[in-house]
Amino acid sequence: MGNELIRIEHLSKVFNGSAGRIVALDDINLSIERGDIFGIIGLSGAGKSTLVRCMNLLEMPTQGKVVFDGKNLIDMPQRELLTTRQSIGMIFQDFNLMAQRSAFKNVCYPMEVARVPKEKARARALELLDLVGLSDRVKSYPSQLSGGQKQRVAIARALAMDPKVLLCDEATSALDPNTTRQILELLRRINKELGVTIVVITHEMKVIETICNRVAVIDQSHIVEEGLVRDVFIHPQSRIARQLILPQQEGGPVAFSDSNCLRIVFDGYSSYEPVISNLALECRAAVNILYANTRNVDGKAMGQMLLQLPQDETTVERVKQWLKDHKITFKEETLNVYATNGD
Amino acid sequence: MFTQRMVIEMLTGIKDTLYMTLFSTFLAYIFGLPIGVLLCVTDKNGLRPCRPVNLVLGTVVNLIRSVPFIILLITVLPFTHWLLGTTLGATATVVPLVICAAPYIGRMVEGALKEVPAGVIEAARSMGTSDFKIIIKTLIPEAKPSLINGCVITVTTILGYTAMAGYVGGGGLGSIAINYGYYRYNTPVMMVTVLLMVVIVQLFQMIGSFIEKKTDKRIR
Repeated sequence: MGNELIRIEHLSKVFNGSAGRIVALDDINLSIERGDIFGIIGLSGAGKSTLVRCMNLLEMPTQGKVVFDGKNLIDMPQRELLTTRQSIGMIFQDFNLMAQRSAFKNVCYPMEVARVPKEKARARALELLDLVGLSDRVKSYPSQLSGGQKQRVAIARALAMDPKVLLCDEATSALDPNTTRQILELLRRINKELGVTIVVITHEMKVIETICNRVAVIDQSHIVEEGLVRDVFIHPQSRIARQLILPQQEGGPVAFSDSNCLRIVFDGYSSYEPVISNLALECRAAVNILYANTRNVDGKAMGQMLLQLPQDETTVERVKQWLKDHKITFKEETLNVYATNGD
Repeated sequence: MFTQRMVIEMLTGIKDTLYMTLFSTFLAYIFGLPIGVLLCVTDKNGLRPCRPVNLVLGTVVNLIRSVPFIILLITVLPFTHWLLGTTLGATATVVPLVICAAPYIGRMVEGALKEVPAGVIEAARSMGTSDFKIIIKTLIPEAKPSLINGCVITVTTILGYTAMAGYVGGGGLGSIAINYGYYRYNTPVMMVTVLLMVVIVQLFQMIGSFIEKKTDKRIR
């Protein structure tokens, strides 16, 4: 069976609604390996939520195959599909907890459905609530919990049947940045300690950078780019990926003139040196910092900076040569990529 | 005016009214609950969309609901006679009451079940829950407060209908109000029976609201 857990082949999904025929997904091919934290990123309406719903057949694909753990879900008889879904945990943007059940009872739900003996289910639920850090809120009802706590309960519930994979559909989109970080940290721990493969759907590059090792960029029903997060981050191929990596902040970075821009990508080594100061001094180039962001990605300092260079061609060449000499990754950019808002 | 006999009549009336109301509600739910579940499940956004079933059932429900109760009461007299051998008394009134209330309850239940957020049902499906178990373990429990609220409205409506049944010899407080109060121009008797009805409705509403609040975990 190899190391592959989920394989999606030539998957298409067409909706025939009142608004006419809508192609949500078109010929999608993906392979997710065991132990991956696989990110799927795209703008809203790109089809990413439909894609993740196809992975457990909450949404029936119009065409194609969804192979989970070596078996095509689409050919599966209903009963077997229901059992298989127990090994595919899922969490949602709106948490989707049952409002009339306590946190404990919510976690018990999948085990009740699967007829796990009561005592065993009880012990497992308490263990899971402890794992997600909610052992003191066992008896609380969802209305008494904060957003982050609700998502923790949802995670505990999704883990109850020891799933092989956890699908996260915009799981942090309704949470504040601080809570988002904690939830992502928890997901990473679950991946490391329990060996659960995780699929993360999001529209925030930050989420991908924080926990994913691989990423697929989806745009207008197609996967436009796929690879290691590091590679996509440093050398984004598609327009949409570049747009997502350099976020739009109130209309995006401001261009003062039509001059050249360079995007410098830092990896762990270079970010600790005063790169820009050195560059400015040694090249005698007055650079303008349009955008800068550094953070901890996968345990290494990672970041990027968008520099506006002087008009003068020889200075530009000098700066590029200096960057090459110092082994700093950079990419030439034209600003209008950032100035327009995609769709 | 209020002889001892009258008082005994009144007490029997209360007993009969309560019996008719509660027993009809109970029986009507046996039919109404599945109707409501079926209407909700076969809806185009339901668990198992099925337009023909939804359409036929919905039409039948609407048909019965659009017949005025007093007409229904008289129309089903032959059926009641065939079923029970009589058309008089409290038990005989239960038959038209159930026929009238079941579709009403069906719509009530349908509405309550549709209030359950689609996301919660999706979460249940993602955990490998079969459609039947989703109904039993998610839809109905999650809709419980709304179902209880609907039940209280149903009970009070049926209570009002039992009074109407007094017109065709149905028994209960309604009969007393008509036979002693209305036909014999005994206004005090009529006032007292109406007052008793008001008190019973209030009691039901209070008990129902209390249970609804007590069981709903959403508001804290």
